[in-house]
Amino acid sequence: MPPTPTRDETVHSEAFLSSLMRRQLRLSIGCAAAFFIALLGLPLANYFAPAFMATRVGGFTLTWLILGVLFFPYVWLISGYFIKRSLKLEADEAREVLSK
Amino acid sequence: MIAPLAPLALIGGVDPWIFIFSFVTVAITIWMGFRSAKTSKTAGDFFVAGRSVSVGWNASAISGEYLSAASFMGIAGMVMAIGYDALWYPVCYACGYLFLLLFIAGPLRRFGAYTIPDFAEGRYDSPVFRKIAVVFVMFIGLFYTLPQMKGAGTTLAYIFPGLPYWVGVAVVGAVITLNVALGGMKGITLVQAMQYWMKMFAISVPVFVLMAVFGGYGKNLSVNDNPASLAAALNPVGIEQRAEVVRQPLPANAPKDDVWIAPFGPLTTKAAKAAGLSPEETKPLSLVYTYSLIIALVCGTAGLPHILVRFYTNPDGVAAKRTTMWVMILIGVFYVFPPVMGVIGRNLLPELYAATGAKGTDKIVLELPRMISERYGVWGSILSGIACAGAFAAFMSTFSGLLVSMTGALAHDVYGRMLRPQSTPEQRMRMFKFAAIGIGGLSVLLGSQVEQLQINFMVGQAFAIAAASYFPLLFMSVWWRGMTMKGAAIGMLSGGIAALACTTVINLSDLKKINLGSFWIENPLIRILCEQPAIWTVPLAIILMIVISKLTSKDIPKDIRMKMLVLHAPEALGLKNEYIQEQQAGAGH
Repeated sequence: MPPTPTRDETVHSEAFLSSLMRRQLRLSIGCAAAFFIALLGLPLANYFAPAFMATRVGGFTLTWLILGVLFFPYVWLISGYFIKRSLKLEADEAREVLSK
Repeated sequence: MIAPLAPLALIGGVDPWIFIFSFVTVAITIWMGFRSAKTSKTAGDFFVAGRSVSVGWNASAISGEYLSAASFMGIAGMVMAIGYDALWYPVCYACGYLFLLLFIAGPLRRFGAYTIPDFAEGRYDSPVFRKIAVVFVMFIGLFYTLPQMKGAGTTLAYIFPGLPYWVGVAVVGAVITLNVALGGMKGITLVQAMQYWMKMFAISVPVFVLMAVFGGYGKNLSVNDNPASLAAALNPVGIEQRAEVVRQPLPANAPKDDVWIAPFGPLTTKAAKAAGLSPEETKPLSLVYTYSLIIALVCGTAGLPHILVRFYTNPDGVAAKRTTMWVMILIGVFYVFPPVMGVIGRNLLPELYAATGAKGTDKIVLELPRMISERYGVWGSILSGIACAGAFAAFMSTFSGLLVSMTGALAHDVYGRMLRPQSTPEQRMRMFKFAAIGIGGLSVLLGSQVEQLQINFMVGQAFAIAAASYFPLLFMSVWWRGMTMKGAAIGMLSGGIAALACTTVINLSDLKKINLGSFWIENPLIRILCEQPAIWTVPLAIILMIVISKLTSKDIPKDIRMKMLVLHAPEALGLKNEYIQEQQAGAGH
């Protein structure tokens, strides 16, 4: 029966590092995707549906309202979610190792 | 520093309220710098504020440093000048932060090196690479300094009508240089935190008052809906009044309503229009322009050296993340306001379209609150004074932050590590002061040459260079363990130099130092790819990094797994390699 790895061996193992990086990267890419859909999608919407994006909403054109006002709260939502999840992820990772 | 200017206040044309508010701002900044000079003693204090700044202070300070003259004056001016397309600037300035948070802030903080050159050396065990990184800190810093100087010159020329542009640049440059040389980073953190709130106050209060008097954001936008032919017919009629919103006639050289309010307006179509392309041929080009602009601004934020260094002033990684969240909220709220100024300015002060240089749309934020005077007398001057105070806060805080990071690079890297590794902390501190004065002088010299360039445009260029050099370096180094020093250096240099070359050519041609007018007309796509190079320079840098790293894979640092572990393992495990310890130990007295 192989000995259980010590805490140091766990931390410095290849498996620990790659799982660490994979989990972090997955979270970051997920959040980045939500952000890029909006950021890169808006020019496309302006390009292919200019009439719709020029609809007046309370004096604003729709696209002006999105870019000039609504974009900021959207970014806060993504970053709030990311921070909550990444702090939890770190706490989990630390607990896994320190419990050994 | 202001004393020699006092007699100018006696000359006609200076509004006493505006003068008083600006003077008080400058005086408080200097006073706080002197005060904190007494408390910042060690080298750690100077470079990273002893690493013990609270989340609230640090978030305000980062925001204060980030909201530069471009944010405070440039965005409003650009929205007024070109309309919808200018909105990408505030949005991407804010969104770039998210990108920084998602991919770069956490790992860099854990790594424990506190400048990009430290990181470059620590990650690749290469002193040579540190030198290359230092050079880029200087280049990006200087490019980002120019628009701050333009802001300073514009504001002083507004406060003292008749004062030459370059005098304003020289005065403000001298004041800030002195402040940095005396206070260092610790002073800067306090001053900048305060300056964020000053800027927020100085933009929001005039905007709310203007909206109360002249109609809301939406209402002012709603009158910008004249089709081109109609607008031309209406133009000479005089003041137009509809939906309770006052509107002055637009001068001939102002963009017409339909192109101003719609996407793909004057900014993104300029090159194609100059080439005489049809609307169908123009549209794809302006889409390319828009995407390239977005890439430059988002990736550039993630690579700005003077912003990154502030993450290290947090006590731990959790605090660093909470700081970023707050920064995003603070700058996001701020960025809603400047475009409002631009929109109302288009309706009320269209005569600014006719002027250029320090008299053009870049000063709309300062000039517009004065319109209140027509109805409420002295309150217009007071509001304009508050706006000027905000402008001072804007270019003073960003310039001091840049000066600290460039000076830090000179004193800490060039002097402390390359020229005189044996120097004592006292010698390094003295060097910090000399370097501050030298770089401050150089910034003033360059700043006095750029009166004709738009503030926001120049900031976009600094971002384009950062996006093609530091961003690929940081992103790839953090997430790909196969990177080698040669790959990183060649990728960063090629991307950065390509972007630098493009922006230099564009600036020289716009300032009429070289004549490329006919070449641009024949090749609108090349003009766009030069003006906004990020769309090809960022991929170029990343591809070069991957290819060269693969070719030199035997040079991957031997302890790469340990390095990656430090970058990614939770700080609770205590793996961090403290680069700052040596510094603090040396300075502990």
